[in-house]
Amino acid sequence: MTRAKTIPLPRPTALSRPHWDGCREGVLRVQRCAACGSYEFIPQAVCTRCQAGKLEWVESSGRGSVYSHTTVYRPPRPEFDAPYVVAIVELEEGWHMLTNLVDCTPEEVAIGLPVEVDFRAVSDEITLPCFRLRRST
Amino acid sequence: MPSSRSPLHDVVIVGAYNTRQARVLDQPELEVLWDAVHGALASAGLPLSAVDGVNVTSSVRRLNAREAVMMFGARPSWTGNEIGIPAVIEAALAISAGLCEVAVIATAQAAEYTDRAATAPWTRPSNEFVECWGLFTPAEFALMARRHMHLYGTQPAALAEVAATIRNHGARHPEAVHHGRFVTPDEVLASRMIADPFHLLDCAITSEGGAGLVLTHVDRARDLDVVPIHLLGAGTDKQGMAYVTAPVWDRYGEVGRRAGEQVFAQAGLRPSDVDVLEIYDPFSFEIIRQLEIFGFCKTGEGGDFVMDGRIAVGGELPVVTNGGLLSFSHAGLAQLIQKPISAVQQLRGEIPDALKVRNAKVALTSNGGSGALFCDVLLLGTELTA
Ligand SMILES: [Zn+2]
Repeated sequence: MTRAKTIPLPRPTALSRPHWDGCREGVLRVQRCAACGSYEFIPQAVCTRCQAGKLEWVESSGRGSVYSHTTVYRPPRPEFDAPYVVAIVELEEGWHMLTNLVDCTPEEVAIGLPVEVDFRAVSDEITLPCFRLRRST
Repeated sequence: MPSSRSPLHDVVIVGAYNTRQARVLDQPELEVLWDAVHGALASAGLPLSAVDGVNVTSSVRRLNAREAVMMFGARPSWTGNEIGIPAVIEAALAISAGLCEVAVIATAQAAEYTDRAATAPWTRPSNEFVECWGLFTPAEFALMARRHMHLYGTQPAALAEVAATIRNHGARHPEAVHHGRFVTPDEVLASRMIADPFHLLDCAITSEGGAGLVLTHVDRARDLDVVPIHLLGAGTDKQGMAYVTAPVWDRYGEVGRRAGEQVFAQAGLRPSDVDVLEIYDPFSFEIIRQLEIFGFCKTGEGGDFVMDGRIAVGGELPVVTNGGLLSFSHAGLAQLIQKPISAVQQLRGEIPDALKVRNAKVALTSNGGSGALFCDVLLLGTELTA
C-alpha cells in the first residue's frame, strides 16, 4: 500500500484511542451501551440511542456486509490513487463504519456482499481497518 | 405542532441580491461583501443608515458580525451568528422580538479554492474517521444515493434528468456562472465519473461570489416601495456531525422530513400549495430525496417523479429555477442564502422571462442534505396564509 505513506493519517483522541489501539493489535473495537445494548461508532461520550447507558469497549467479529458503496474516480487529494472503493460496512453486531474495500475491483462490489476486516498497518501507530470481500465457496 | 400565528409572520424579506458570480472573481472578498450589502439594501429601497441588525460575514477573511458592525458605524443593536436559512430565522425572531427593525444578512467568498490539484477545501473534511478513506462530500452523498437506488430502483437516468433540468435553467440565466452551457441527460451520463453514481455534471460547481438579504417588520415594510415576501414557516433538522459519522440511509436518509412538516403546519399549507421549489441541490440525487421527504411524492417514487419535464420551468413543479449550485453559483456561505434569494426573486418576478413561474405565490427553500446530516427549510409567500 504505497499510497498509505502519504495520505492523511488518523490522529487518535482520548475518546477514540481504544479503537485505534485495537486496530494495531488486530482486533476491531467498538463501544456498546451497558443499558440498551446498542453499538456506538464513531466513539461517543454517551449512548446516542438511549442517552442513559455507560459505553464500554467490546470486540466486534470484524465480519459484516456491504451496506452502501461508491467508487471514487476524482480523489479529494492527489495523494490518493483512484479509483478506490469507499464503503459503509454493516457489522454482524448491527453497527456501521466507513472504510475502504481492498483487493477487489469496483465491478465486483455490491450491496449485501459479505466482507471481513483486513487490517493494514500504515505507520508505527496507525493500522487502518480496511475490509475485503469474503470469497467463500 | 401548533398552526397558530408564528412570530415569523411579523417579518418580511424586502431585499434580495446576488453580486456577480464567477468561477474566479479576481476581486477582494470584502469588496464583494460590500457590494452584497449595498445591493441588498438597494433592492429593499433602504439606506445603510436604516440598518440596526447585522449578520455580515466572509469566508476567507473570516469576517464575523461582531466585527462587521464597524461597516455600519457601530450603530446596529443586534448581531446574528447563524448561517443560511437559520440566519433568516434568527434575524426574523430578533425583529419580531424588537431587538432590531431592519436586518441585513450578507456574506461573500473569493479566492477560497486555490489548490486545484485537490478538490475544493469545503469538500474535504479532515478528521480521523473519514480523511484516511479518501472520503469527501461527493462520496458521502453518493453513499446515500446508492442505498436509495438499491432500495427503490432509482435509475441513473433520473439523476441525469435532474442535473440537466437544473443546469438548463442556469444556462438561461444571464447571471449564472454556467450561463449558456446547456446539457442533455445523456451528456450528464457521459461526463466523467467523480464518485459513482455521481458524474461530474451531477455535482455542484465551484465558484465565488456574494449575496445579501434584508428583513424588516411587516409594519415597516408598508412604507417601502417594494413587494414584501412573507415568511410563512420555518424549520431546522440537525441529526449529528456530518462527514464524521457514516451516512447511513436508514438512520439519516429522511433528514428534513420533520422540518418540512413543521413548516407546512406553521403556514397552514400543504405541498400541493407550493408553486416553485428553490431547494438545495449539491448533487442531483438530493432533489429526488427532498421531493419525497417534503411530501411531493411517496418514498421511493422521486426517481419517476422528476421525469418528463415535470420539474422544469413550464412543468408542473419547477425546481431550482436559477440553476442553483449546479449552474448558477456555489460560493462560500452565500450559496445557502441564495436559496431564499432565488425564491424572493421568483415571487417578485425579478428573474428573466424565460425562467418565470407564472403566478408563483408560494416557494419552498432548503439548505443541507442527507450526506450533510442536516436539512433546514423555509417557506416564503407573497401573502400570509395562516
Ligand atoms: Zn443506550
